[in-house]
Amino acid sequence: MSATSTAVTSAKAQRSGGSPIRGWNWMASLFLTPALLLLGVFMLYPVISTIVLSFDRGLGNYIRLLTADRRFLDLSTFPPSGALFNNVLWVVFYTTGCIFFGLLIAVLATRVRYEPAIKAIVFLPMAIAATALGVIWRFVYTPDRDTGLLNALLGIFHLGPIAFLGDTGWVNTALIIAGIWGSVGFATVILSAALKGISTEVLEAARVDGARESQIFRRIIIPMLSLPISVVAVTLVINVIKLFDLIYVMTAGGPGSSSRVIAFTMYQEAFPAGRVDYGAAVAVMMLVILIPVLIFNVRRFRSERVVQ
Amino acid sequence: MATVTFDHVSKRYGPEVVAVNDLNLEIQDGEFLVLVGPSGCGKTTALRCVAGLEEITDGQLRIGDRVVNDVAPKDRDIAMVFQSYALYPHMSVFDNLAFGLKLRKTPKDQIKRRVDEAAKILGLERLLDRKPKALSGGQRQRVALGRAIVREPEVFLMDEPLSNLDAKLRVETRANIARLHQRLETTTVYVTHDQVEAMTMGDRIAVMRDGLLQQVGSPQDLYEHPVNIFVAGFIGSPSMNFATTQVDEGGLKLGEARLELSAKAAQVAADRPRGSQVTIGFRPEHLELLNGEDSGVVKIPAKVDVVEFLGNEELLHADAQGNEIVALVSSDRRVKVGDLIDFALPIDKLHIFDPETEKSLTA
Ligand SMILES: Nc1ncnc2c1ncn2[C@@H]1O[C@H](COP(=O)(O)OP(=O)(O)O)[C@@H](O)[C@H]1O
Ligand SMILES: [Mg+2]
Repeated sequence: MSATSTAVTSAKAQRSGGSPIRGWNWMASLFLTPALLLLGVFMLYPVISTIVLSFDRGLGNYIRLLTADRRFLDLSTFPPSGALFNNVLWVVFYTTGCIFFGLLIAVLATRVRYEPAIKAIVFLPMAIAATALGVIWRFVYTPDRDTGLLNALLGIFHLGPIAFLGDTGWVNTALIIAGIWGSVGFATVILSAALKGISTEVLEAARVDGARESQIFRRIIIPMLSLPISVVAVTLVINVIKLFDLIYVMTAGGPGSSSRVIAFTMYQEAFPAGRVDYGAAVAVMMLVILIPVLIFNVRRFRSERVVQ
Repeated sequence: MATVTFDHVSKRYGPEVVAVNDLNLEIQDGEFLVLVGPSGCGKTTALRCVAGLEEITDGQLRIGDRVVNDVAPKDRDIAMVFQSYALYPHMSVFDNLAFGLKLRKTPKDQIKRRVDEAAKILGLERLLDRKPKALSGGQRQRVALGRAIVREPEVFLMDEPLSNLDAKLRVETRANIARLHQRLETTTVYVTHDQVEAMTMGDRIAVMRDGLLQQVGSPQDLYEHPVNIFVAGFIGSPSMNFATTQVDEGGLKLGEARLELSAKAAQVAADRPRGSQVTIGFRPEHLELLNGEDSGVVKIPAKVDVVEFLGNEELLHADAQGNEIVALVSSDRRVKVGDLIDFALPIDKLHIFDPETEKSLTA
């Protein structure tokens, strides 16, 4: 009974409030207010206060971050080092690695009978929490041959042991490989779905036209997948700029600070080290780096719509 | 240019499906051969075997003198027009046409010349910069044709290239393809399910059914001398009438009516056991309304069910002793529904078929 009457009143309210003739739509603003409040309190306010916090010492935090903090950016060595440069490594190698292997697996999988099984296995790591994934790979990389899978394998060839996570020369490579293992399933699934969308007749037309398989891949498949590839790339880039959990679990930024990334630096400075304003400056840097990626993304979706 | 020879070619999918069954067919150099048959009869499969997109299960396939069973599509020197056109969506029209030539490392200026020439023949000059997405169905179809002709291959393979066009454009394009063939004189295998296309375009027509080749011949041949009930019914529009008749002392009876027969037909009837049945066939357009004194005609009595006025002609649906028949007659004599009339058929236009084997006894 009461349910019906509520329904009736709200229907009435909609009718009176839904009129677009009156300039200010009271009913709409009423419904929007909670959402706007939530966004304001939990998103806009923290962003603004973080920015304000980061300017606590004027430009001091930023100057120190970009010129004096060798753990953030060190251009004096070759190759450069520091969290910012590590993140560049991640963006380049993790993204291309995921796309390369994702594409490879997607293409090869279409040629075998167990395609669903293969894709399920490759996708499985996506179902594992990044922290659990980190723990698994810490075991894989352990120098002790009884627990460390990789060093056990190297032992067969009388190599190593190598402390992959304890060696500044190896640590970033090792972490990026673990990261690729965790995300290649995502790239595989998306690219394989897109691959299914390419008409077999187009591929056959190319074959009849005289193309070898490698030429079909390079000149037909890759260009036709350029949109899904860029979607995957942008998603991975955004993920990797925010990367934190894997580093925290596997190396805690070490040895020393050699495997730090931006998000990890932000956490490290703001909390364990207690330099909240400095951490805030790192957070703002991260935002500044993300903005162009986001703009690119929005632009692309808009141009997609124009094409269609 | 080259011949294409199917020598006992079979294509099976798994143990169950026989898409092409022991096909023997020789396509002459420069010939336009139409492969026609109802949907699912194996036309596309046969064509894909020539292209090398399907491996043949049995037999030998030759292009010219070369056995191509194990030759990759790219080395067969054929070009194919797909039913869906299969244009490269990310390339401009120019690049679509040029793709095959670029792969063959043809010099740039020669590519340009050949693409321009093909574009001119097909009226694509002003579309060369467009992507396929920005073309109409008819334009895409022409690009697909253009992609085949710039290659100047030994053989053209076309799989129902007109089936996605509207009726008017289809008639136009039909003529264009015929013209193109006269000009290029390239051996062409053309697949269609539409017998009108087959009749109008083919130098010769090969009719297939359930993977089996039924008959090969010129359009006139198939029209006048179909070898079985299937070909007789498939070729010609509206399709041939069939009726069941009784073999009687020296002749055939349709219900109560005795049929006048040509000497040849009478001989056929005489060879059949008395009391057995044979199927007769006759084309709607060969029927006329009987004039009292006509002679040398088969008289077929019938009762008119439906009259469809087509302008110059009318289509009469009638019941002839329990057999549904159709007659295409000129529309000056006003026939009304329910009229009992006699149709006249020139005696040499009567086909007789064995009802068991469905084979023609008069072909
Ligand atoms: N890849 C395939 N696997 C199994 N059966 C197929 C395959 N391709 C075609 N067929 C079967 O082969 C027969 C002939 O097909 P097709 O050549 O496409 O006929 P048409 O082109 O004459 O319509 C059909 O019964 C079809 O179902
Ligand atoms: Mg087909």
